Amino acid sequence: MRQDHIISAKQLSRADIETVLDRASDIASDPGAYADRHPNALLGLLFFEPSTRTKMSFSAAIKRLGGDIVDMGPVEYSSVKKGESLADTVRVVEGYADALVLRHPSEGSAKMATEHVDVPLINGGDGAGQHPTQTLLDLYTIRENAGLDDLTIGIMGDLKYGRTVHSLAYALTNFDTRQHFVSPDSLKLPRNVRYDLHEAGSSIKEHTELDDILPSLDVLYVTRIQRERFPDESEYREVAGQYQIDAGTLEAAKDDLTVMHPLPRVDEIAYDVDETSHANYFQQAHNAVPVRMALLDMLLGGDQ
Amino acid sequence: MTDDRQLRVSKIENGTVIDHIAGGQALNVLAILGIDGTAGEVVSIGMNVPSDRLGRKDVVKVENRELSQSELDVLSLIAPAATVNIIRDYDVVDKHLVERPDHVTGILQCPNHNCITTEEEPVDSRFEVLDDGVRCEYCDTIIRENLAAHILV
Repeated sequence: MRQDHIISAKQLSRADIETVLDRASDIASDPGAYADRHPNALLGLLFFEPSTRTKMSFSAAIKRLGGDIVDMGPVEYSSVKKGESLADTVRVVEGYADALVLRHPSEGSAKMATEHVDVPLINGGDGAGQHPTQTLLDLYTIRENAGLDDLTIGIMGDLKYGRTVHSLAYALTNFDTRQHFVSPDSLKLPRNVRYDLHEAGSSIKEHTELDDILPSLDVLYVTRIQRERFPDESEYREVAGQYQIDAGTLEAAKDDLTVMHPLPRVDEIAYDVDETSHANYFQQAHNAVPVRMALLDMLLGGDQ
Repeated sequence: MTDDRQLRVSKIENGTVIDHIAGGQALNVLAILGIDGTAGEVVSIGMNVPSDRLGRKDVVKVENRELSQSELDVLSLIAPAATVNIIRDYDVVDKHLVERPDHVTGILQCPNHNCITTEEEPVDSRFEVLDDGVRCEYCDTIIRENLAAHILV
């Protein structure tokens, strides 16, 4: 794979994805072999929104490759607070780092940022838009548990604003998958995502009830229904309650169903699911390090 | 009646006549071309003129200005049936249909208030032109209805 920037899952071909996942498998099986791969590399972290997993796993990934980070820190202590534009911020920080990770609340921010920098830039989540590196670790986890072809996957929760959903749905069009989307009507897939899935010739179906499709699923990908999207608290409670699963819910599922969640969860997956063989969301989070190591290794010239 | 007709079709010496604009779209055509009269152009507008082809059509005449191909291309977004006549010394020296471009830049505002192009950043809006609408190249939002409402003026 030769990509200067990672902005959207739409830019990833099946071959690109498999190359990253294969590299991640190599790293996971022998992390020591990659320990001094990029001893002088600096990764610039530009997080304009809170993040635990994405930020820490990128930090861990570059450090495990022998490099280090330069971190903008919280927005309230940065030049952004003085009114600096995103375009200027990325132009400044590219002078300090060999690659950048950007998380920003506005859709399209990562694409715009790439127009101002020459170092590789990775979209770490842009508003309700895309989160392509989350998708790579999601695919890695799916491949470990169920393979990536002849797969029936259910994606449930906030499909309208959930950027991890949008990226995953695009990436899955590269594989032989049947995608089922489960959400309240108010949080269905946005028009642009449906348009792209249709253009890709993907097999998708939309539902409001999980029960309709649970027994057929190989993977169930659950996302958080975000309270802040609802103007009325009671409206949120009514909808959110319909999209919670517990160990009892999963009795209707296949024995080898893989349950995933990009985390953080609130109450959409009960803690009793953690004790079942279906739970893979913590392993999914841990997979972020080898997958992001693989991606960084390739972007920083690990093939040369 | 004769006087009205003469007024509507009166010839200009030099400039551009945009004909066969869908009825009621003339002001949007001027907006999309960035013509608001402040540059001193003489502009004549005919709105809801009877037309055999369209039933009702608008006509815009801009004197002493020949529109560029890129300006004409963006017209296709709201006036796909328009014909454009370039006039020199009262004669039509060039006549052509508008063509749909692949992209339009700085013409339309993205309706997604959370799109980076709506913020104080050094970036122009940019849309891919689809068969049945346009799509923001930054946030992917698709606009299919009432494009004229999103024209940047």
